Amino acid sequence: MSSVELALTVNGKAVTAKIESSTTLVELLRETLRLTGTHVGCDTAQCGACTVLLNGRAVKSCNVLALQVKGQQVTTIEGLAAADGEMHPMQAAFKECHGLQCGFCTPGMVMSACELAGRMKNPSEADIRGAFDGNLCRCTGYQNIVKSVQTGLAGMAK
Amino acid sequence: MSDMSNQSPLGQAIKRKEDYRFLTGGGRYTDDIRLDNQAYAYFLRSPHAHARIKGYGLDAAKASPGVLGILTGADIKAAGIGGLPCGWLITDVNGQPMKEPPHPVLAIDKVRYVGDHVALVVADTLAQAKAAAALIDVDYDVLPAVVKGPDALKPGAPQVHDAAAPNNTSYVWQLGDKAATDAAIAKAHHVTKLEFDNNRLVPNAIEPRAAIASYDRANDNYTLYVSNQNPHVERLLMTAFVLGLPEHKVRVIAPDVGGGFGSKIYLYAEETAMVFFSKQIGRPIKWTCERTEEFLSVAHGRDHHSTAELAMDKEGNFLALRVKTNANLGAYLSTFGSCVPTILYATLLAGQYKTPAIHAEVTAVFTNTSPVDAYRGAGRPEATFLVERIVETAAREMKMDPAEIRRRNFITTFPYQTPVALQYDTGNYAASLDKCLKMADVEGYPARKKASEAKGFKRGIGYSCYIEACGIAPSRVAGALGARAGLFEVGQIRVHPTGKISVFTGTHSHGQGHETTFAQVVSDRLGIPMADIEVVHGDTDRIPFGMGTYGSRSLAVGGTAIVKATDKIVAKGKKIAAHMLEAADSDIEFKDGKFTVAGTDKSLPFAAVALSAYVPHNYPLETLEPGLDETAFFDPANFTFPAGCYICEVEIDPETGHTRIDKFTAVDDFGNIVNPMIVEGQVHGGLAQGIGQALMEGCVYDPESGQLLTASFMDYAMPHASDLPKFEVGATCTPCTVNPLGVKGCGEAGAIGSPPAVINAITDALGVREIAMPATPLRVWETIQANL
Amino acid sequence: MSQFNFSSPASTSDALKAFKAAADPKFVAGGQSLLPTIRLGLADPSDLIDLHSIAELSAIKTSATQVSIGAMATHASVAESAEVARLIPALAYLAGHIGDRQVRNRGTIGGALANSDPAACYPAGVLGLGATINTDRRKIAADDYFQGLFTTALEPGEIITSVDFPVPEKAAYVKLRNPASHFPLVGVFVARTAGGVRVAVTGAGACAFRVKAMEDALKSSFSADAIKGVKVDAKDLNRDLHATPAYRAQLINVLARRAVAAA
Repeated sequence: MSSVELALTVNGKAVTAKIESSTTLVELLRETLRLTGTHVGCDTAQCGACTVLLNGRAVKSCNVLALQVKGQQVTTIEGLAAADGEMHPMQAAFKECHGLQCGFCTPGMVMSACELAGRMKNPSEADIRGAFDGNLCRCTGYQNIVKSVQTGLAGMAK
Repeated sequence: MSDMSNQSPLGQAIKRKEDYRFLTGGGRYTDDIRLDNQAYAYFLRSPHAHARIKGYGLDAAKASPGVLGILTGADIKAAGIGGLPCGWLITDVNGQPMKEPPHPVLAIDKVRYVGDHVALVVADTLAQAKAAAALIDVDYDVLPAVVKGPDALKPGAPQVHDAAAPNNTSYVWQLGDKAATDAAIAKAHHVTKLEFDNNRLVPNAIEPRAAIASYDRANDNYTLYVSNQNPHVERLLMTAFVLGLPEHKVRVIAPDVGGGFGSKIYLYAEETAMVFFSKQIGRPIKWTCERTEEFLSVAHGRDHHSTAELAMDKEGNFLALRVKTNANLGAYLSTFGSCVPTILYATLLAGQYKTPAIHAEVTAVFTNTSPVDAYRGAGRPEATFLVERIVETAAREMKMDPAEIRRRNFITTFPYQTPVALQYDTGNYAASLDKCLKMADVEGYPARKKASEAKGFKRGIGYSCYIEACGIAPSRVAGALGARAGLFEVGQIRVHPTGKISVFTGTHSHGQGHETTFAQVVSDRLGIPMADIEVVHGDTDRIPFGMGTYGSRSLAVGGTAIVKATDKIVAKGKKIAAHMLEAADSDIEFKDGKFTVAGTDKSLPFAAVALSAYVPHNYPLETLEPGLDETAFFDPANFTFPAGCYICEVEIDPETGHTRIDKFTAVDDFGNIVNPMIVEGQVHGGLAQGIGQALMEGCVYDPESGQLLTASFMDYAMPHASDLPKFEVGATCTPCTVNPLGVKGCGEAGAIGSPPAVINAITDALGVREIAMPATPLRVWETIQANL
Repeated sequence: MSQFNFSSPASTSDALKAFKAAADPKFVAGGQSLLPTIRLGLADPSDLIDLHSIAELSAIKTSATQVSIGAMATHASVAESAEVARLIPALAYLAGHIGDRQVRNRGTIGGALANSDPAACYPAGVLGLGATINTDRRKIAADDYFQGLFTTALEPGEIITSVDFPVPEKAAYVKLRNPASHFPLVGVFVARTAGGVRVAVTGAGACAFRVKAMEDALKSSFSADAIKGVKVDAKDLNRDLHATPAYRAQLINVLARRAVAAA
């Protein structure tokens, strides 16, 4: 039960890490790779602050073992902006629409939102609200998050 | 955009400066910080609500791999470490100080709630610390527990603090004229009476509490990173009242903080124990609270049981209001636990109305539950719920329109001295009511009700006209009322030689957007671009002093301190410019970032004056110090009084009891507004928490065992996007008179004003007098069944 | 979380071998319930045998009369399958409303059925449609599968490989969620098939169960009114913070009527 070697792709870059079998994906990201933009807000896999994209799909990284993502593609909040630092359209939309306050749930919200691109056609406000059942925010009351997602999806479709 | 040269940034919806780091994963919260060689802390907590500690078996835990040290209450006692202090002294009806039983940093002799701190275990890894904690053998003698406030007063109730607080009572306190109130009620045309609970809530900032404590032996300094709303207060309380450390040798840093809502104001046991232990351990100690641990140990909010009687004449004029409240303090007095159900509550019982006689009696009791303290609104939501529920109920009993009964009783002349100690400086309650009635399309309500009924649903409408005392503040008044601290704020403006500016504020931003709003204020005052201004907060080594962020005070008090500091900068800049331009000081005008000799085209840009202050070659050194760096303290003359009107419309499915908020309209008078985008965001967030209280959230302890039954997001219902409506938000404005910005504060209004609007709408829809919060589908369905 | 041996065999037979060789093993499918259970210390397996590498377990196969869903098919893949939506829209709807989006991207039908949480959605669909659960060694009828609280007909080490759903004439699933956990307080799946009418309930008892009295009433008249008076005895139903047995009994009736109307 000693540590195991793991190779995967994070934000487009090949990485290897030595981890324990019980290491979760979020622990790999935060503690081993020091990508601290992905946050942990609960211990029952409900708050969604740890949401990342796994092969393009939103998952709660606290509820996936690192070993389960061997050889796969993980995208975190740190991987969205362009190399020159220009924000991704979804990030820009959250700023434009004031879709964040304390910023703690924000990376999970943005990653969750990015997954919707191409999967929801002309989503209504209710569709978007329902699509965020796996993400809690205590600051915004969600109204500006909904607006941000609408704006961000339009930006991503361009 | 942000840098328009001719337009003041005040009142503009400028996008936030802080967003880039939060949106790109660059936020730096406490758990993101890793200090060299850091060890990990785990707190062993009481599994019992009430038990005597007969002894500890620590040997196995101490021998467990990786363990660096274990601290228990016995060590705390042996070291003579004092208890956690309460920051507000309440004097009871007999003129006696409140009962303040000791609040030990780690439980001594007795545990008093599930989650009470028993031992601090430090190890190389968190897993090792947890494993060792599991090996600690605490010998408990389990005692009966009491969890409900009213039950704590019953004969034979378990005694939480034994002789230190007989009958579980900290104080019985009163405010107002009892004789006048009783007399008015005795001869009234009609008295409306209600009895209800204000449900206990868990703040649940999405970032759980966290701390890293370290000790530097070389310099004999301590550093504490902590997720906290007021680092200077944290330091003051910890050093002066508990650990006896020199204040200047302790640095407290509150970095990015993931939401507070009151819960991160307080000095908690965890970080206090860690700072103490860090010297002994000799390595940084890190602790990150888990969510269930947060449910157990964070300060909870609300938890009142009240009766209220409102007396009226036959026209519906309010004559008197009599209130009796039982406030559950939890197991210990938290930092501001004593003032929330008194000073922040009963003083607001006049609401927006000219009720001539008001009397409130508050009995504050200890129970075997987590301590209760300020949670978004703090006392004011409880007062507003009481006033607005009883006013709405009175309107129904008097068969009056709920808007008209309010209008008839509104305070209309200012300043207005209420019978419960406050003096409202300004307001226009009819204006916000009228605007809200219009925005909510109350005229169209009957048609909407008909449409709902045609679908088999019930529809109801509810009003709430709230007022709050914010900008908390005036030190003299607070001191007279029992505050053990000042409530001013501090701002420092450091102009760098190149004319760029660092603003240091004693407030703390954990979502409120101070880095933007305060920069707008400075940009407006000094006429320099937003991009040239950086707002710094959250570090006792960088900021002179500060009282922090709570009570919707940051802009009204902290922003004003910054304004005062900019005034000093301008005054000094004028002297420098006068010298450089060879004019008299009094001839220099400052406008749009330029110092100009009045009536001439001779001027100097701000940056040139700044440079001269630091390169004082041509400078009046005989009469003026070099440098351009000014600090101001501001202590206002009064609270501020944001007020507004909220209208809620619900549609209820009578078969499932499910309530859907169809419309929620909020009109607030926050005085002047610096950034309307941020203000609206604050209102949205407050509304979500208030609606959460009304419909979903309720902290439940088992009445027998004292176990917390809602200890995770699996059981404690937090509002999700799909639970909430789209809010319609509007504003009216009567500028505040007690600060130069004319601002009142906006952080708490939504949480204060919304619960009664929702409950008034539900009771209207169901045709019942009362329904308890949270009005869950189960409760709504049961209410319908009981009234068939 | 305590440590365990982790393996991801590429075939069902290798997975079975790994299981036999271990002291206290567990299969992990989507892991959405199992991982929190381990993290909270409520399970402490010696070995976790991950089934994601067994490619054939993820397939969704359809014919005119049957939808067969591989055990490792995620809820999202079922919800997004055009074929499932065409043949059994109620099943696509059910899969598309389990938990939340992140859970649906990870959670699988096999994992949900093996765990058999009393408030899971899938058991209502499996029982309501009279599905067949295929394992590495046999076929189990839905009616024989759910046996009690977190208890199923599965033997230790038995792997669900796929679930066959007969295509019904009409069907619908309606639930009311627990506002905190988002599991159903009660969920009702109603289906009319060639073989008769089935009404299956989740969230209300120790495990999913059928309501015979409703099925009988619907046989003669498949209408919401036909079951308006059919009450379920509250005495065996679950009680928790969010619902009483009486309320659950009410919800079963209301949601069943709504499901019939929506089918």
